[in-house]
Amino acid sequence: MMEAVQIRHRHLLDLEDWSASEIESLWRTTDAMVEVMQRKVKKVPALQGLTIVTLFFENSTRTRLSFERAAKAQSAEVLNFAAGGSSLSKGESLKDTLKAIDAMQADLYVVRHGVAGTPHQLSRWTDAAIVNAGDGRRAHPTQALLDGYTFRQGFRGFDGFRGKRLVIVGDVMHSRVARSNIGLWTKLGAEVVLCGPRTLLPTELGHWPGVQRCFRLEEAVEGAHAVMALRMQRERMQSGLFPSLSEYQARYQLTAKVMEHAHPDALVMHPGPMNRDVEIEGVLADSPRSVIEQQVANGVPVRMAVLYSLLVGRAR
Amino acid sequence: MELRWKKRLMDEGEINRAVNRMAHEIIERSDRLEGVVLVGIHTRGIPMAEHLSKLIKHYEGVELPVGKLDITLYRDDLTEIGVQPIVRRTEVPVDIHDRELVLCDDVLYTGRTARAALDALMDLGRPSLIRLAVLVDRGHRELPIQADYVGRAIQTSRSEVIKVRFHSTDGQEGVDLLERGS
Repeated sequence: MMEAVQIRHRHLLDLEDWSASEIESLWRTTDAMVEVMQRKVKKVPALQGLTIVTLFFENSTRTRLSFERAAKAQSAEVLNFAAGGSSLSKGESLKDTLKAIDAMQADLYVVRHGVAGTPHQLSRWTDAAIVNAGDGRRAHPTQALLDGYTFRQGFRGFDGFRGKRLVIVGDVMHSRVARSNIGLWTKLGAEVVLCGPRTLLPTELGHWPGVQRCFRLEEAVEGAHAVMALRMQRERMQSGLFPSLSEYQARYQLTAKVMEHAHPDALVMHPGPMNRDVEIEGVLADSPRSVIEQQVANGVPVRMAVLYSLLVGRAR
Repeated sequence: MELRWKKRLMDEGEINRAVNRMAHEIIERSDRLEGVVLVGIHTRGIPMAEHLSKLIKHYEGVELPVGKLDITLYRDDLTEIGVQPIVRRTEVPVDIHDRELVLCDDVLYTGRTARAALDALMDLGRPSLIRLAVLVDRGHRELPIQADYVGRAIQTSRSEVIKVRFHSTDGQEGVDLLERGS
């Protein structure tokens, strides 16, 4: 069994520089946080006196709430900054906005931004810790951590990621969730198969070690241990990336019938929000194979572990 | 930090005798032994609680449940320290509401761990009574906390360190006195 290690990162910008043993240590901390969230009193004093600011330049109520719950369950103060209706719309630069909020003594920022690399840029302008809650198409590390954790927790007789196969179905091109999961699962020794219309599967991702592309769903799912459907956004149709929603459904909708090709214990995942009966069959989403609800539930303890790991043991 | 070994304080036999005596004291002082829950503080309070449970079962035929308590998230120095303590899972198998608890730890020193443990237990429920059992009480309290069952009270200086080892956690059993190097 792997020894727990200290997590020495100042920020969580992406998982590229996190080692497999750091990720496993974070998941062990998550195990402890899961127990905290099962108590009658779902609150511990660990982060008392610290201030966490959520900086969301792109809407995502769900992710923001999950971080807020994770912070409050450890007694941190939480301030929410939403870009709409703020000084940014009055012409203030990103740097000046950050400086203004910094003056209010934040210890950690949770950042969501439509432009890739924004959290990295912010980390150069502040002494506070930064957690990337999604930047452009680039990365969404806490989502990948909770997806991986859900698999580790939910796959029957789980004995590690080596030799496991994850299939990601849908609009991989526009998905930071897909990119972060590809990085995480391959780092831990799993194989990743990307499946969807050719126009939505970037060629370069197929060249990553441990990653393959496949354009036929039944073939992609063959023997898979986890299958993740991505949300199909209606805008993509207008941009001509695939002919029609009904054709997409016919070829790539994840159904109970398709899942018959997968490993008998395979799990069905979806990062949400899901379009029922578009990218995933409604009955499959509600079936015992589906861990979609667990993914949402695990979001809080995983983020608790992230906040704990970045904020505790920082004194010099 | 360098530690220099000074002397052996208790060997395996002495630990056994001390824990045996504490088991008898717990039996004597409990109005209703069946209602008692032993709660060990991570890491070495757990083998101690298990040891007590085994002895009490041997003498009285009553098997007391053993809980595992991690107090990391309740420490009062988390934002002041330079290392990151590993958080372990708390597992208390029974509802502690209205139960009599015996909190077990290997060493009682400043009392801050016991304080954190009391807060952690209160978040799990409202016990009717909590008592504290420690293998070694080494003095130097910083909080108004005292143990109800003590294996051995030892006079120490603050530069000294007490190292307790149990078979299940360390592969050997004994209590040693060490000195911090300058």
